[in-house]
Amino acid sequence: MKQNAKQFRFSSGLKQLLLPLFSLVLALALGYLTMLLMGYDATKAYQSLWQGIFGSTNAIAESLVQTTPLIFTAVSYALAFKAGLINLGGEGQLYMGAVWGSVLGSRLSGLPTWLHWGVIFAAAFAGGAIWGAISGLLKVRFKASELITTIMLNYIALEWVSFCVTNLPFKDQTAGAAPRMPAVADNVKLSLLLPRTRLHSGFLLALLALLLYYLFMWRTTKGYELRVSGQNPNAALYAGMPVKTNAVLAFGLAGGMAGLGGIINILGLQYFLTEGFASGLGFSGVAVALLGNSQPLGILLAAFLFGALNAGGIRMQTAAAVPSAMISMIQGIIIFFAVSPYLFTWLWTRLRPDQSSRSQTLQAPPSSAAISLAIAPDQRKSEPEEKR
Amino acid sequence: MQHATEQATAAVPALQMKQITKRFGHFTALNQVDLSVNTGEVHALLGENGAGKSTLMNCLFGLYGQYDGTIYWEGAPVKITDTQTAIRLGIGMVHQHFMLIPVMSVIENVVLGMADNHCVLDLKAAARRFTQLSQTYHLALDPWVKVEQLSVGQQQRLEILKALYRHARLLILDEPTAVLTPEEVEGLFDIVARLKAEGHTVIFISHKLNEVMKICDRCTILRNGTVAATLKISQIRDRKMLARLMVGDETDLDLHESACSVGSQALLEVKQLSCRGDYGQLSCKKLSFAIRPGEILGICGVDGNGQRELVECLTGLRQAETGQYLVRGRDLLNCGARQLLKCGVSHIPEDRLKYGLASGMNLEENLILADYPTPAFARWGWLRSGRIRRHAQTLCQRYRVRFNSLKQPAAELSGGNQQKLVAARELDRQPELLIAVHPSRGLDVGAARFVQNAILTMKQKGTAILYIAGELDEVLEMSDRILVMYEGQFIGQQTRAEYDRTQIGLMMAGTPLS
Repeated sequence: MKQNAKQFRFSSGLKQLLLPLFSLVLALALGYLTMLLMGYDATKAYQSLWQGIFGSTNAIAESLVQTTPLIFTAVSYALAFKAGLINLGGEGQLYMGAVWGSVLGSRLSGLPTWLHWGVIFAAAFAGGAIWGAISGLLKVRFKASELITTIMLNYIALEWVSFCVTNLPFKDQTAGAAPRMPAVADNVKLSLLLPRTRLHSGFLLALLALLLYYLFMWRTTKGYELRVSGQNPNAALYAGMPVKTNAVLAFGLAGGMAGLGGIINILGLQYFLTEGFASGLGFSGVAVALLGNSQPLGILLAAFLFGALNAGGIRMQTAAAVPSAMISMIQGIIIFFAVSPYLFTWLWTRLRPDQSSRSQTLQAPPSSAAISLAIAPDQRKSEPEEKR
Repeated sequence: MQHATEQATAAVPALQMKQITKRFGHFTALNQVDLSVNTGEVHALLGENGAGKSTLMNCLFGLYGQYDGTIYWEGAPVKITDTQTAIRLGIGMVHQHFMLIPVMSVIENVVLGMADNHCVLDLKAAARRFTQLSQTYHLALDPWVKVEQLSVGQQQRLEILKALYRHARLLILDEPTAVLTPEEVEGLFDIVARLKAEGHTVIFISHKLNEVMKICDRCTILRNGTVAATLKISQIRDRKMLARLMVGDETDLDLHESACSVGSQALLEVKQLSCRGDYGQLSCKKLSFAIRPGEILGICGVDGNGQRELVECLTGLRQAETGQYLVRGRDLLNCGARQLLKCGVSHIPEDRLKYGLASGMNLEENLILADYPTPAFARWGWLRSGRIRRHAQTLCQRYRVRFNSLKQPAAELSGGNQQKLVAARELDRQPELLIAVHPSRGLDVGAARFVQNAILTMKQKGTAILYIAGELDEVLEMSDRILVMYEGQFIGQQTRAEYDRTQIGLMMAGTPLS
């Protein structure tokens, strides 16, 4: 019996991996076809892509560098998602974290390094958290859709960054400098993990963030409350959970995570904030979280996949002259397939109509997906009941 | 096992399902099930929760796509891989939870998804056909009314008409009486009789043995995914025998009542409680009652007379306007669900999926829903996973929840097992006050008795119990005293010694006893 249960869990874990893997293979195949049709040397492109990801120590390091901020923004989306909220504001929260983190990183001096780090991280977290919590508050107080508010707050954050890099008192005042904020103090720059690469210790912090995300969501009572609210808001009311406070809290934590992602890239890579220094990271985080099914391990793998494709894409562009937009396309296709589980069921039943016993075993993931889908509309309906 | 298994009759069966097997992962829901239904008969499908009744019907209606075995429809083998195929063959299904769109009109719901819809909908022609059809079966229903304005019984009629409109010759009714009031049940029986007279075949899924005995010709009993027996109703000597076939020999079917001392001091006192319903109407009007320790107070009444609002007030899900709510002398009015849980108030909610469970979360997590912040399961804000797991193991064993793994989502359990999960959680807390609303809803005879006996054990331990159920019989059987609720007020009270069903029925209809 126990053995059975273990098998059951193991195979369901495997199935979770199967779909993203299928999506990746299909996406790469479609990318290959597209490149052929457009007259590029597709084989060479993929060779250089591979080289750019795993070809050398430097390539691996670069892949991990690209992975790091994605982990933060993906955790940001996943945390809110698990609590039943959609956070599309990762981008704005990341920028707000980066702004406040780099203000304190450049202006403060004379503090011991560890304390300075503490202050910077706290500021970056708070910057993102406040930005996120605004959406949370608007949702619970005025029932404003968080889809809209988070996206709109992104624009405000972007304009704010644009203001900061060109206007006093925030802009870098060295003569002749491009529009940017002053660089952070030397002592708080993150050390390199591998010499002669760009891989900085921010990657370890990202892993730590993942660990914290797991511990918080699955091991604490607060995380439990958030997950119950996400699964069934009415059950949360039934158990007497502070549903509204929790929604704001979830948004705050999610924003904070994105904010940390922003400052990590400043402290580890660029050292100063420029306009658009992290464009797209917030939204890529959404994709990563979706692909990783909001699970810690899933996020790690998905973030590495996306980070590696980004890193390899640069190499592909230089070595095979294929525009790196191709990589964005492949990433898009991966997500497209990963969120369409039924496509695979359909393909499978079309391809093997006769082998019913075999298709039966593979039928299992869709059937469980069917169950969860069948429940989904119900859950939508059971929005928390407004009490008079 | 072989309780006079009936052989196929000479008549050509409308439907034969042979050797149907259906697996979900490693779990075999149906194992070589045979079902044969004759043309023009009402065939009952009986079985415990999770015995596979719904799974079998979902296979037949093409909801799964994949199954092993063969289905013969009117003699010819058919492969039913989707619902469109099933409908084309003339199979119609009325689900337990209606598949209607409330904001659309009756006729719009009827033509919804039909293959012969053209770009421009001719609703008027459809409505003419619909009216004709509803007259044939004496099921008057205005095609232009919005579905949300229909009563539950009318919605069910609409579902039946929807299937007939699609030329269904075989109708599957999945627990059709579960949602109906007693009068509506009578109406449904008339409809079934008329369908039969018109030559339709009906498969009737139910837990309620008396209903089956009343309107069915034959029945097939499923147990653990296999056929336990197929019988003619006329062969059945008593209900006990049917129940035995459903649950097996080892299950306990008796209520274990033993005299227990009822305390003298009231444990729960509700005084002058008033609250408003969802649309601002006054739905509880100055209700006062008391329950002593070891006493079960039943509330009778037709649904929608304020019972739900009363329960929501008592469980912290709704704000009361005025009144007092004393548990052991402490006023708990409007103090929130968390505080109430802490003070030993347990609640088996009416709708387990809406309130009782987070169905996407696993069994362990669902079993701590009421008590997760207590020292038993949490320390300094951290969950104690070892204790939680052991707790879940014990509870699932003690309450006989059928599961694959404690880590599986509650949604994967059958409805009855979900209900057991909720009951297990709420009863195991050793509450002072238990508010049980439809605690045996969706449970088969054996499981319902099991939960009821568990509640009686609580009673012996001195818990005060408020018992609300859809069926009058059940309330009367369980309670020491009943209050009849009508339009937000109590219009009568009877103690166990003086129960009189006619009087209670009159009071439920709004006639106070003079």
